[in-house]
Amino acid sequence: MTITRARPSGPSTGTAIRVTGLRKSYGAQEVLQGIDLSIPEGSVFSLLGPNGAGKTTVVRILATLSAPDAGEVTIAGHDLRRSPDAVRASIGVTGQFSAVDVYQTAQENLQLMADLWHLPKARGRERVAELLEQFDLVDASRRPVATFSGGMKRRLDLAMTLVGSPRIIFLDEPTTGLDPRSRHTVWETVRSLVRDQQVTIFLTTQYLEEADQLADRIAVLDHGRIVAEGTPDELKSRISGGHIVLTFATPEALATAAQILGPSATTDDDRLTLQVPSDGSALSVQGVLTTIDSRTVTQLSLHTPDLDDVFFALTGHDTKQDAS
Amino acid sequence: MTTDTAVPVEPAVVTSHQVRDVVTLLRRNLKNQLRDKVGFLTPLLIPVIFMLLFVYVFGGALGKGTAGYGGDHYVDFILPGLLIMSATAGLVAIATGTAVDMNEGIITRLRTMPVFGHAILIARLISYVIQTMISLAVVLGVALLIGLSPTGDPVRWLLLVGFLLYVSIALTWLGLAFGLAARSVAAASNGPFPLIILPLVGNGIVPPETMPTAVRYFAEYQPFSPMIATVRGLLLETAIGNNAVIGLAWATAFGVLGFFWSMRSFTRERPS
Repeated sequence: MTITRARPSGPSTGTAIRVTGLRKSYGAQEVLQGIDLSIPEGSVFSLLGPNGAGKTTVVRILATLSAPDAGEVTIAGHDLRRSPDAVRASIGVTGQFSAVDVYQTAQENLQLMADLWHLPKARGRERVAELLEQFDLVDASRRPVATFSGGMKRRLDLAMTLVGSPRIIFLDEPTTGLDPRSRHTVWETVRSLVRDQQVTIFLTTQYLEEADQLADRIAVLDHGRIVAEGTPDELKSRISGGHIVLTFATPEALATAAQILGPSATTDDDRLTLQVPSDGSALSVQGVLTTIDSRTVTQLSLHTPDLDDVFFALTGHDTKQDAS
Repeated sequence: MTTDTAVPVEPAVVTSHQVRDVVTLLRRNLKNQLRDKVGFLTPLLIPVIFMLLFVYVFGGALGKGTAGYGGDHYVDFILPGLLIMSATAGLVAIATGTAVDMNEGIITRLRTMPVFGHAILIARLISYVIQTMISLAVVLGVALLIGLSPTGDPVRWLLLVGFLLYVSIALTWLGLAFGLAARSVAAASNGPFPLIILPLVGNGIVPPETMPTAVRYFAEYQPFSPMIATVRGLLLETAIGNNAVIGLAWATAFGVLGFFWSMRSFTRERPS
């Protein structure tokens, strides 16, 4: 068994993570009921779901912390069961709670990671300095982590994950409970990792906006099952809820248009607007505008459904509801 | 280790990495243990305070009862018990320090890295044994300052150090197990607490012959008494008898229990 560390490893398969039929139960509770995933290298994949959907369990299994009951998992070309150490050499993990050593300084925490990744001494020091800079921790580098704010701890946590330059990074709800500045740092880090180093990111989140902002592909996890998967746009287009809003100059024009379009259109007399269902296609817009007198329309706007609509449509409950 | 070749033999590569991981974590542990002032000072201060209290406050009366049991001064009689007590007092720090590691998530991080898995436990074991031996040396040093008159035989000293090292390794496994098995940091300190008091209810402070029958029976047969008798024998050249064998057997029992309990708790899955 050869373990090459501090270097991207594994035969390039084009697929960073492949999961088939993944199952896991804790006692009688079936947390994962057969998960299939295929995540291309250099992409951002987001597992989206409410609390208790099983997101953290998926990450724990893929990060070698927890053994699956059934299913096949290949990460960076390595089988999870047969060569967990080869998998570990390819990944970095930042969990929901900061995994930092509170008795040590930020600099010592990062140096510990550099030593455990067996980076050569000079390279290790260089990497530590680089990351302190990148995560805005230079001034605080000699302070014990116990004195850090939540946001600073999380930034250090992410920096520690990056010391070994992993090719695949798991971020389990990385921005939950973070202040906007730290959240911004996390987002920027994710974008630059993918853009500059073609790192694969596996991100779990309960924030639809976050998945929409960062992910190339999203899978929606609900009660241990993947209920939908696709690009953010594909998911949005899968459901109705899109509409055209037409604004009119006068109440008379509004009334006339409403009469022509029939009961499917909703009028708002105060705002002089008319809301017409639409799938967002050019044809549907053209259809509406040729039916009514388009000269009376002062403004037109198109609304595509956001991911909150998607989530509700797919699971029958909204994201705020605890699934457990 | 193999000699340098163009293609290194694989097990040797892994082994040197493993040793490196242990050294890295050992350095980190020792640093943290020194920074945990309470954890570091408690196993030093409790026995030293007891020693000063017993020698200078109660010693006048108690010392008369121990005359003829070994040593010229009362400090000679109580030091062996206080050395064992220092080793058990360290268990609270070991258990809580280990529980902090497990609960703060740093160990979880290490487990997602290609770190030699057993390095975490081995480094913890070594660092805490070092800490315990330092505590014992300090307690012994204070005893020397206030009149301890130990043996001058180097072989006995060597055996003494060896025996204390064996006991502290065994007890450290137990301390690690308490910390690994605990569901919270607060719970971790409960397990070892009785072990701090136990050496006192033995032959450490006064001879068991002076106690009521039931207590005396307990004091003579509890695990730490043969250890204390062995230390006393080596230090003061008194008779050891079968105490060394019984003491080593108890220590081995603690060590084996602690080892298997630690291993089981360490590999236990922790659903989050």
